[in-house]
Amino acid sequence: MRITRYAAAIAATGVVLAGCSSDAGETTEDAAGGGAEVADDVSFDEGTTMAELAESGTITVGTKFDQPGFGLAGPDGVPEGFDVEMAELIAAELGIATDDIEWVETVSANRESFIQNEDVDMVVATYTINDSRKELIDFAGPYYEAGQDIMVAAGNPLGIEGPDDLAGLNVCSVEGSTPAEEIRTNYPEATLTLFDVYSKCADALRNGQVDAVTTDNVILTGLVAGAPDEFELVGNPFTEEPYGIGITKGDDEFRSFINDTLEASFEDGSWAEAWDRTAGAITGTDAPEPPSVDRY
Amino acid sequence: MQFLIDNFDLFWDAFLTTLSLSLLACLVALVLGTLLAAMRVSPIAPLRGLATFYVETFRNTPLTVVFFFMIFGLPQIDFVIGFFTGAVLSVGLYTAAFVCEALRSGINSVSPGQAEAARALGLTFGQSLREVVLPQAFRTVVPPLGNVLIAMVKNTSIAAGFSVSELSSLLPRLVNASAGDLTAILVGVVVGYMIITLPSALAVHRIERRVAILR
Repeated sequence: MRITRYAAAIAATGVVLAGCSSDAGETTEDAAGGGAEVADDVSFDEGTTMAELAESGTITVGTKFDQPGFGLAGPDGVPEGFDVEMAELIAAELGIATDDIEWVETVSANRESFIQNEDVDMVVATYTINDSRKELIDFAGPYYEAGQDIMVAAGNPLGIEGPDDLAGLNVCSVEGSTPAEEIRTNYPEATLTLFDVYSKCADALRNGQVDAVTTDNVILTGLVAGAPDEFELVGNPFTEEPYGIGITKGDDEFRSFINDTLEASFEDGSWAEAWDRTAGAITGTDAPEPPSVDRY
Repeated sequence: MQFLIDNFDLFWDAFLTTLSLSLLACLVALVLGTLLAAMRVSPIAPLRGLATFYVETFRNTPLTVVFFFMIFGLPQIDFVIGFFTGAVLSVGLYTAAFVCEALRSGINSVSPGQAEAARALGLTFGQSLREVVLPQAFRTVVPPLGNVLIAMVKNTSIAAGFSVSELSSLLPRLVNASAGDLTAILVGVVVGYMIITLPSALAVHRIERRVAILR
């Protein structure tokens, strides 16, 4: 008799606790502004990365913490943005809730080593797919197609229309980035000024120490949105930068799984919704046409 | 190794930038530092105050902040200097505070009797400092001064974040281009600094032995 009463009490507590946790789940989901629906019964083939991650119930994701619209960490250390939403979509498909994702800051220079050392399970960090990187890691996606563009002072006093107009001018970018290398290789008449972060380029442009800032258009739109009176975008992308999701080299099952998840999100509209909530909210543009996934 | 040979031009250019930045900053730091030390021991109170203010300001400010002020702060008051000049001034002005303090410790180690004797012979303050006190002070401060200057060479790496393509700016650049050669890149950069700092350390040791005061 006594035992039954205890059991009832425990069961009741359980119900209360379950109630609490589901409330908490809803609250965070609201705070995140929607988010993907977490799959509850997932099953994967034994021994795959998906099975391991679903089993452990957590996933470690590397992303940028300083990129408005894509991955920008607030004071609480939780990043928000389009890259973050992509990672949440994939985690949800693995049955992992947003709260159980562990975010790690990766910067351009350390993304490969983080994947190779298995410090992270995947990297979603405005990560351009290219062949030299493919030698070290594998890419799922692309999930977005960016392009290198130019930002100038408001009113475009020098009349810069494209990269060819940069000859003889002082153009700013970040050391160790693909856009800087692009200018070095293909537009050597331009003088490069290289800082370690883009915010310094914005300061230099504001002070007139440089004539233009160049990098991926999505990064520049973030900067323009922050100071629309001071900067403007030339709006003439001259490279193709397909953003992919970096994972351990040779993990083809995980790569196909991510590709499937991305394609599903392209079709059911959750990809476009994620865009509207994040990068689209900053730039005020509609979601572009989703890119086609490259299953190499 | 092959990677280092292939990219030798890049390393060489970056090395020359670090070297010229170090030498110019060293010049600024030594000249200004000596001047400041003279001010700090001078009998004129406003000069002492000014030098103390300078030393405490620069010694207690992070070098990155000094750089930020030089590169982005000064243009706000319409005073634009080049990025390289800005780097030389930042590192030079910052290190001058440490050079001053090293020298002052040397000056204090010269027994007051020396200065008193010089004054008794009729030398002015400037003369007694120049002819009697400083030559002895410089001898005792060779080792600490060497430390300050070697630290300065390494401090020039902060210029990488402010648009000076010196040695450590090669790290992000080359790692982005070929992440697989990380070890070779690190070795190349470290060797570049050592080519500057190791001979400096050796030179300091030599000078120290030559000028040592036999007591």
